[in-house]
Amino acid sequence: MAKFTVTINEDKCKGCELCVHFCPKDVLEIDKENSNSSGYFPANAKHIENCIGCLSCARMCPEIAIRIEKED
Amino acid sequence: MAVLFEKTKGMTDVKTHYCPGCTHGIVHRLVAECLEEMGELDNAIDVSPVGCAVLALNYFNFDGIQAAHGRAPATATGIKRVHPDKMVLTYQGDGDLASIGMCEIVHAAARGEKITTIFINNGIYGMTGGQMAPTTLPGMKATTAPYGRDVSLQGYPIRVCEMLSTLDGSKYIERVAVDSPANVIKAKKAIRKALETQKAGLGFSLIEVLSTCPTNWGKTPVEAVKFVKEEMIPYYPLGVYKDSTKEEE
Amino acid sequence: MAKILLKGNEAVVRAAIEAGCRYFFGYPITPQNEIPEYFSKELPKVGGTFVQAESEVAAINMLYGAVAAGARAMTSSSSPGVALKQEGIGYISKAELPAVIVNMMRGGPGLGSIQPSQSDYNMCVKCGSNGDYRNIVMAPGNIQELVDMVIEAFDMADYYTNPVVILADGLIGQMMEPVEIKQPEVKREMPEKTWALTGKNGGEPHRIINLNLDANELEQVNIELFKKYAVIEENEQRYEEYKMDDAEYAFVSYGTASRIVRSAVNELRNEGYKVGMIRPLLLWPFPEKAFEGKDHIKKYMDVEFSMGQMVDDVKLACNDKHKVEFYGRAGGVIPSVNEVVDFAKKVMGGAQ
Repeated sequence: MAKFTVTINEDKCKGCELCVHFCPKDVLEIDKENSNSSGYFPANAKHIENCIGCLSCARMCPEIAIRIEKED
Repeated sequence: MAVLFEKTKGMTDVKTHYCPGCTHGIVHRLVAECLEEMGELDNAIDVSPVGCAVLALNYFNFDGIQAAHGRAPATATGIKRVHPDKMVLTYQGDGDLASIGMCEIVHAAARGEKITTIFINNGIYGMTGGQMAPTTLPGMKATTAPYGRDVSLQGYPIRVCEMLSTLDGSKYIERVAVDSPANVIKAKKAIRKALETQKAGLGFSLIEVLSTCPTNWGKTPVEAVKFVKEEMIPYYPLGVYKDSTKEEE
Repeated sequence: MAKILLKGNEAVVRAAIEAGCRYFFGYPITPQNEIPEYFSKELPKVGGTFVQAESEVAAINMLYGAVAAGARAMTSSSSPGVALKQEGIGYISKAELPAVIVNMMRGGPGLGSIQPSQSDYNMCVKCGSNGDYRNIVMAPGNIQELVDMVIEAFDMADYYTNPVVILADGLIGQMMEPVEIKQPEVKREMPEKTWALTGKNGGEPHRIINLNLDANELEQVNIELFKKYAVIEENEQRYEEYKMDDAEYAFVSYGTASRIVRSAVNELRNEGYKVGMIRPLLLWPFPEKAFEGKDHIKKYMDVEFSMGQMVDDVKLACNDKHKVEFYGRAGGVIPSVNEVVDFAKKVMGGAQ
């Protein structure tokens, strides 16, 4: 299975949870522990191993805060 | 490492002021990506009138001007007439386009102005805190329709795509939504088609985007996209309402 | 160049085209209809574009776009139509864009009448939109001045990046006089329009902002604007003095009203009255200099086609409101020379 990296710009994330909701593989979740400079709890790719590179999270992110790469 | 998704050069790095989960950000991205892919970032000029997206100038990485409420199609007409070779677009909300600016959008379409309008329909006035808009659904609550929109008192929502598609100057009119990844993909195709319509000089193009307003709808972002799917799309059917690009080619 | 007989409204078009104006956005309203009509005929000949807008509001906002794009462009209308344009003019002022707006005034208030009047002085000179801003306002008294002022208006608008209003009236619009279409004597060093919306062409995006949510930022914008206005007030005060050398009494009048006053001055002079006229050519900046060193003037007689709007500025300029008398006709009624002569005689109290 190809390996993907999902990088979330935590400073720009507003914790809206759209990415978490639309990820078909429950890769993402909201980091309830530490909030960013604006006071939002950002998302993070906790279960990156499940990622299938469908880009749904990035497509639904209103802040364009998600970058996705695929290891060759 | 192959990059599958990254921020487009058509957007700046400025953090947006939009509320969490507001899908304005998605639509900004789609417009910017289309212009980048068409190689038109250097030629693009955005006209943003009053509304939440009046600050789009800070987020688009191309020329822009802030226009008076409702008058973006007129301002864009002035710009396009001076620069017929540039890509001129208006990015308007429903309060702006379908209320105060209805005369301007109708006449820009009737004149066949070679501009592209991105029309954000979230059924509410966002910037001013949630008042009823011409697109507010029957029964939908707003700060000026606290008991829910009563059609016997406040009339019916306006379906803009259907209306403008009757005008011969309109060459590409489509309604899309950004409530799911699949719809976002379709929305991008539609925006691209509208911009291509402009580039080919065929006439007026408009994409109506059903969008969310979590704060003023009193919903979470996820509930909001659900509302688009279950309430807005049935009243505002998605689809192409005018496509004279085929016969023109 | 030989003189040609031109109607005022058509002279506006010939002058604007001579000045390089290539875009016009207009809407029908009497008494300026020949302006959009003639533009629609002439602009295509010079590769220009005429757009008949859906309203005066749309027209001024089209103009906002065209001048923001770097073009020489204008609009025209008459009183109620110009009232609809106030918000747009305010946007243009705030964004410091060079726009020319012609107002062929007609009787007011409200829908008013279609006869000539000067009752838009306050709206145009004191500025009818929200916020602190100024329009440069030029007041032609004949068709040659109309031509010269329209041509110079484009230079002044570009030079100061500010709206310029040509404040004329239905008489000027509808009257025919022989004119010469010629470039202004005053040659200005035109600043480059580096701010214009042309696409960023590989550079930084051009952004024309009209909203400052930060109050301090907006105050700074106001302060910068008023520095510019101070320069304009210093450089652009312009007026005519008619038979003022030995005058003891002075009319103050502008535009077509001043033509009637000129005849009254001649008649009164024949009867031995020492009377002259100060005629502002630009209404903003108001020619305060014309009133300096004139303490000897016993009375100022302000004559307007209105209930009196410039009269307050005359009181301020001469710094003695008790010296200032007013005579006016409103609603589009034009006073006769005799009326003005009789008024003056009462004021001067038979002081031959």
